Amino acid sequence: MFLNALLLALREIRRNALRSALTILGIVIGVASVITMVTIGEGATAQVQADMQKLGTNLLQVFRGQGFGGGGARSAAPPFTIDDVRAIEQEITGIRAVAPSLNSSTQAIFGNANWSTQVVGTSDKYLEVRDWDLASGRNFADTELRSGAAVCILGDTVKQELFGNQDPLGANIRLQKVSCQVIGTLTPKGQSGFGQNQDDVVLVPLRMMQRRLVGNSDVNAILVSARDTASTAKVQRDIERLMRERRKIREGAVDDFNVRDLQEITSAFTNSSRVMTTLLSAVAAVSLVVGGVGIMNIMLVSVTERTREIGTRLAVGAMAKDVLLQFLVEAVTLAALGGVIGIVLGLTAGILANNAFNVPYVFNPGIILISFAFSAAVGIVFGYFPARRAARLDPIEALRHE
Amino acid sequence: MKNPAAPPIIELSQVTKVYGEGEGQVRALRGIDLKIDAGEFVSVMGPSGSGKSTCMNILGCLDTPTSGTYRFLGAPVGEMTADQRALLRRNYLGFVFQGFNLLSRTTALENVELPLVYRGLNAKERREKARRALAEVGLSGRETHVPSELSGGQQQRVAIARAIVSEPKVLFADEPTGNLDTATSNDIMALLTSLNEERGITIVMVTHEPDIAAWTRRIVRFRDGLIESDTINKPQRASEGIE
Repeated sequence: MFLNALLLALREIRRNALRSALTILGIVIGVASVITMVTIGEGATAQVQADMQKLGTNLLQVFRGQGFGGGGARSAAPPFTIDDVRAIEQEITGIRAVAPSLNSSTQAIFGNANWSTQVVGTSDKYLEVRDWDLASGRNFADTELRSGAAVCILGDTVKQELFGNQDPLGANIRLQKVSCQVIGTLTPKGQSGFGQNQDDVVLVPLRMMQRRLVGNSDVNAILVSARDTASTAKVQRDIERLMRERRKIREGAVDDFNVRDLQEITSAFTNSSRVMTTLLSAVAAVSLVVGGVGIMNIMLVSVTERTREIGTRLAVGAMAKDVLLQFLVEAVTLAALGGVIGIVLGLTAGILANNAFNVPYVFNPGIILISFAFSAAVGIVFGYFPARRAARLDPIEALRHE
Repeated sequence: MKNPAAPPIIELSQVTKVYGEGEGQVRALRGIDLKIDAGEFVSVMGPSGSGKSTCMNILGCLDTPTSGTYRFLGAPVGEMTADQRALLRRNYLGFVFQGFNLLSRTTALENVELPLVYRGLNAKERREKARRALAEVGLSGRETHVPSELSGGQQQRVAIARAIVSEPKVLFADEPTGNLDTATSNDIMALLTSLNEERGITIVMVTHEPDIAAWTRRIVRFRDGLIESDTINKPQRASEGIE
């Protein structure tokens, strides 16, 4: 019986192809926009997460000053020292590596090539903390770190700008007035989630940076990478306690430093992108309901148009429930058909858009199933009223209908 | 041929039908007694407003009497639910209408299959029976034609095939020749007569044309909600009439 109703519905839909197409347009647009929004949204979320991954997992950054944008307090807050770095390394459990960072913008010059870049004074632990890899050459040696030797490791962008396709290893570049031997290059990492080019960097030993480029013995920031098994929240609390102690901040006084957890930032980004996706999907879902109203409208017209047919069916022995089922199945079939077309269009548009925005496509069977189920449900809800009207027709009246 | 012990296939006793209430009340039937036995071919005649259509609707189990009883094969139809009456129509009755009432843009074969769909037959059985019914009304080879491709007479034949495909006990025909010319009308009446005589299908037919009523063996005339006359007729074949 149900299969019959389905075949009948399909025949009826085919018989009025143009009208059926217009009827389901609303559903098609609704489903397609939901799918497109979700596809783009999830692509963006995946992109943010991948970017954060590139910044280094479980990365904690210790800065001077008070939290984000606390610029006023930053200059007043005393800088860190290399002793702070050692203290964290020795006293905090659950960490993998700690690296100091003192950075400054500097011109890097090689021959005629000239490139303005970010120079970071740090230790051999920096690569481990950031989860970066050497493309060629080697990391800093202990002696170089202790003596503050004029050696450097180039990020991919700097290497390209200064050397093109040449091998930079062993060459000397100039940073301000210091001639500096290239001992290694980094693998390219691309943009970070914040739009920074992470490859536009030159790493030098901290001591060399302090003495010859900046002229002080400060450390701007301390980068800490927690062990995978350790809770970053706990490591963060431990570092905060240690630093308060070391910086002699009294009970109740405000910290003049802050520890940023990248995972926190990641989840903030992910959450905001989820919220956007949800909001846009909600708007799209409204258009699905509008599509449902369109289906109800056409089904009501169809019931009126086919009153004599309904009368004939009742006369040859159809029960009210047979007629109800027929029209309900027809509405649901229409809506589901619209859903399927919408899913195909939405996925196509979403994948194209993701390619255009350069974000990955994440296959999400859940949203496809939900869209399909939702459009079928729209068919049931908005098809029920017209179907009930058809089923309640009086056979005599219906047969007499012109 | 008639078995006196068998109950009449249709039995109306003191059936009334009242539409509306109070001032605007219309008494369409005012106490009808009517018995029709299996195998009869009955014409129902009368001017419009005489109650013949109301009576047909009740006989066809599309409507129920206001008072009195209608027994179909002994079963009281007035006490049945709408669904039970639908089952009765599905299993025992066939209908032929003045306007044919075929589904447009649907092939002759599919139109004939319609009652079988509700009987739950599978597609193969339906197709087979519908093909046979179409052959019986002389429309072999027209299975895939849609109504707009068929003449009026052919459309009425499709409708008759649809009515007999479920092998009904009674066929109700409501002015089956009303939309057809004389020659085609005679063809349709010859077809109905052969269905009555050869297959033994009881036929109750509403008509207002005496020529058409003359084909049947019994003529019931309605006037003002009552049966005016109920006469036995010697069927007059069209061929004989022309001579």
